[in-house]
Amino acid sequence: MDFLTAILNGLSSGGTYAIIAIGYTMVYGIAKMLNFAHGDIIMVGGYAMFTTLLLVNQPIPALAVAIVFCVILGICVERFAYRPLRGSSPLAVLITAIGVSSLLQSLAQIVFGAAPKMPTRLQISGAWTFGELRIAYSTVVTLAVTVVVMSALTVFVKYTKPGRAMVAVSEDRGAAQLMGVNTNAIIAITFAIGSALAAVAAYLMLMKAPSLSNTLGAMPGIKAFTAAVIGGIGSIPGAMLGGILLGVIESVALSIPVLAPFTEAIEFAVLIVILLVKPAGLLGKTRREKV
Amino acid sequence: MNRILAFFKKPFVRNYANYLIVGVFTAVFGLLSATGLLKMGTQFLLEQISIAVLLAISLCMVVGFLGELSLGHAGFMCVGAFLGGKLAQALTASMGVAGSNLVVFVFSLLVGGLVAAAFGFMIGLPALRLRGDYLAIVTLAFGEIVRSVVMNLPATLFGGTLGLETPRFSRKYLFIFGFLMVLACLAVTQNLMRSKHGRAIISIKDNEIAARATGIDITKYKLFVFTISSFFAGVAGVLYSYSQSRVQSATFDYNYSIEILVMVVLGGMGSINGSMLAAALITFINVKLQTVLTGNLSVLQNVIYSLILILIVIYRNAPGLKGFREKYNMRTISEKIFKKKQTVAENADTGEEEANND
Amino acid sequence: MTDEKIVTSAPDVPVLRTEHLCIQFGGLRAVDDVNLEIKKGELYGLIGPNGAGKTTVFNLLTGVYKPTSGKILLCGKDITGKPPVEINKLGIARTFQNIRLFNNLTVIENVMVGLSNQIPCNMAQSIFRLPRHKASEREMFDRALELLKVFQLDEYKDYLAANLPYGKQRKLEIARAMATNPTLLLLDEPAAGMNPNETQELMDDITFVRREFGMTILLIEHDMRLVSGICENLTVLNFGTELAKGDTATVLSDPSVVKAYLGD
Repeated sequence: MDFLTAILNGLSSGGTYAIIAIGYTMVYGIAKMLNFAHGDIIMVGGYAMFTTLLLVNQPIPALAVAIVFCVILGICVERFAYRPLRGSSPLAVLITAIGVSSLLQSLAQIVFGAAPKMPTRLQISGAWTFGELRIAYSTVVTLAVTVVVMSALTVFVKYTKPGRAMVAVSEDRGAAQLMGVNTNAIIAITFAIGSALAAVAAYLMLMKAPSLSNTLGAMPGIKAFTAAVIGGIGSIPGAMLGGILLGVIESVALSIPVLAPFTEAIEFAVLIVILLVKPAGLLGKTRREKV
Repeated sequence: MNRILAFFKKPFVRNYANYLIVGVFTAVFGLLSATGLLKMGTQFLLEQISIAVLLAISLCMVVGFLGELSLGHAGFMCVGAFLGGKLAQALTASMGVAGSNLVVFVFSLLVGGLVAAAFGFMIGLPALRLRGDYLAIVTLAFGEIVRSVVMNLPATLFGGTLGLETPRFSRKYLFIFGFLMVLACLAVTQNLMRSKHGRAIISIKDNEIAARATGIDITKYKLFVFTISSFFAGVAGVLYSYSQSRVQSATFDYNYSIEILVMVVLGGMGSINGSMLAAALITFINVKLQTVLTGNLSVLQNVIYSLILILIVIYRNAPGLKGFREKYNMRTISEKIFKKKQTVAENADTGEEEANND
Repeated sequence: MTDEKIVTSAPDVPVLRTEHLCIQFGGLRAVDDVNLEIKKGELYGLIGPNGAGKTTVFNLLTGVYKPTSGKILLCGKDITGKPPVEINKLGIARTFQNIRLFNNLTVIENVMVGLSNQIPCNMAQSIFRLPRHKASEREMFDRALELLKVFQLDEYKDYLAANLPYGKQRKLEIARAMATNPTLLLLDEPAAGMNPNETQELMDDITFVRREFGMTILLIEHDMRLVSGICENLTVLNFGTELAKGDTATVLSDPSVVKAYLGD
C-alpha cells in the first residue's frame, strides 16, 4: 500500500514536472534554445499570487493575475534578452538565459526578502481515504490540470492556425518564414504559453506546500528540464512522459529509507544514463547534421 | 606611451607577460606577507583570488577553447575539496603534524587533483556522444550528484550536512602556493594552446565534422581537455579546503558553477588573460562587498553580475550589433586614442594570439 | 597500428574500389549499388543531377555514414565502416560542398591542423616545451607555407580563414586536405559559386597538384566545362544508381545522361 501511495504521489509531482517540462520543450522545439530562466518564471508567478492574495484573498484571481504577469514577463524576456541573439551561437543564448535566471532570483530576494512567504490560502489539504490508501485532493487536482493542459495543447497545436505555424517553425524556421509565417510572433506566443504554464505550475506547487522563496522554481525547474530531456526535448508527449517518469522515480526513491537521501542523485543519474543510451531522449528525434 | 606599447607588442613579451605579472605579484605580496606586513584580510583575499583564477583558467579550457558548456565545474572542485581535505585531515591526524605540513599539503593537492581528473575523464565520455545543450545538462547533473552524495554520505566520512573539518594551512603562505598553482596551470594551458594540440582543440570547436575529416582525434582531445580542466578544478578545491576550517558541500552548488562561468564569459570566452583578470576582479568585489552589503542587499552583486553577463553576451554575439561592434571595439578605440594606424602586416604579426582570443 | 597509411602495393591495384555500395535512409535508397574503380593518378568525375546521391557517396567513403551494404577498398584494403578520423589517417582526404574551414584559425593554421598527424609531437612534449615541439612547429609552418604557395594563398597566411574571399576559401580547403598527405583526394563541387576566372585558376591548380604530387582525385562537379576539361573518366549518378560510366567523351554524349540532365 505504501508503494501505491508512493506511485500516486509520484504521479502528482510528475504532473507538475510535466507542466513545467512542456514549457521547456515547446521553447526548445521552436526557438531551439534552452530557456534556463523558465524555472524562475514559476517563482515570479508564485510571488505574483502572493502579492495578489494580499489585496484579494481569493486563489482564483491570484492565479489569473499570476498568469497574466508571467505571460508579460516571458514575452519581455524573449524580446529583450533572447531575440537580439537569434542566429548567434547556442552557447551565447544559453549563457544569457542563465543570466536572466540569476537576475530574476536575486531581484526577487531584494524585493521580497530571503525568508520564505507562506501563502496558505492557496493550500488544498485533505484527502480521500480508501482503507489504507490515501488520495490527497491536491493529487487529484494536479492530475486533472495536467490532463486538461495536455489535451488543450494537443488540440491547439493540431487544429489552430498558430498551432500549426508552431509546428512549421519548429520543423524549419527559414522555410516557415518564406511561407509567410511571422516567426517572431510565433516564438513570442510560445514563450507566452510556456510562461502561463509556469504560473499554473506555481499554483500546483504552492497548493501542495505553501512555502515560497526566491528559489522556488530553481530545483523543480532543473528537474523538469531533466524530465524534458529524458522524454526527448522538443516533444510535448515526451515532456509528459519524462515528467511523470521523473516524478514516480523521485517519489519511489523517497519512500525507500536507504535511498531517500540520494533521491536527487538518483534522478540525475537516470538522466545521464538515458542520455547515454538514447542521446535524443526517449521520444526525441535524432537529427543528422547535413554534411 | 607608444614605446611602452611597442614593448608589450614584442612576441616574447606578449607570450610571457602574464607569467611575469603573476610571478612579480606573487613575489611582492609573498615577501610582504612573510615579513608580517599583510593583514589577515588581504591574505584571505589573495587566497580566494588564486582559487578563483585557477577555476577560471581551467573552465576556460572547456568553454572557451573546446567550446563545450560545462555547468558542473564546482562539482570537480567539490571532489577535490572533500577528498583532498579528508586526506589532509587523516594524514595530519595520524602523523601528528600541523596543518601547514608541506608534504601532506602537496600530497593532498596532487591526490585531490588526480581524483577530480578521474571524474573529469568520466564526464568527458558522454561529451563524446552528446552535443551542446545536452552536455551542459549532463555536467549540471554531475555537479548536483556530487554535491548531494557528499552531503548525504554518513557524517563520519565527509561530515554530512555540517561539513568536513579540514586542517588549515598557515594563512601567511597559502596564497603563495595558490599562485604557484596558477602559474603551473597557466603554463600547461598556454603551452598546450600554442601548439598543434591547441590548434586541434580550436578546430574541434570551429567545425567538428571538418576536424574529423582532417584526421583530428576528437576523442583524445575532448577527454584530455575535460581531464586536465578537472584536475586544476580539483586542485583549487584542495586549496579551498585548506583555506577554510570547514568545507560544506552546499557551497559547491550550481550557482557556484555559474559564477565561474561568468568569469570566463566576462574574460572574453577563450582568453586566458581575460579569464584571470575577470576572476580576480569578481573575487575582489565579492570579498569586499560581503562586508558592505548585508541582509537582502547581499544579492545586489548577483543582480549586477547577471546584468553584466546578459549585456556582454548580447553585445559580443548579437547579429544586429555587428556594425556597432566593428565601429567601437577595443582596437579601433585604442587606435583613435594613440592616433596610430595599424597596417595589415602588423596585424598579421599578432595574428596567432588573436586567433585564440576570439 | 591500424592507422598506418595505406600505400599502393602494386600498380594494377586500384586506389579506390567500391563494391555494390548501398545506403538506405528509412525507405529511401540514397545510394544503390555503386561500383567505382579509380586507378592511381587518375582524375575521376562523379556527376549527376541534384539529389542524385553524390555527396552521400563521399560521406560513405569518408566514414560519415556507414553503408547498409557493400564494400569500400582503399588500395585493396577493406576500410568499410571505419570512423572518419581513421579513414583520413588511412589516406582519404576531402573538401566539403558547404565550405567547412576552421574560422577562428588563420589560413596557415588551417593547413597546419591538416599536418598534425604528419609531424609527430605529443602533448607532453608541447606542454613542457621540449626541443621536439619547436622543431615540429617549425617544420609544420614551413610545409604549410609551401602548400599555401601552391594555391597562391601564401600572402594571406595570417588572415583568419573566415575573412578570405569565397574562391580562396575553397582553395584553402583543398590545401588543408592535401596537408593530411592523402592517397586519394575527394573534392566536393570545388568550383561551386566561383566565377569563370576563379574556375579556370582552380582547374590549373588541380591539374598542377595532380602532376606534382601524383595525386589520385575523385571530383563531384556540376560545372560541365570543368568536368570535360580535366576528368578522364566519369560515373553519372541518378537517383542513387549508376546511370552511365566510362571515359568522359563517351559518357557525356550518352543520350540517357543528356536526358537525366535536361529532362524529357
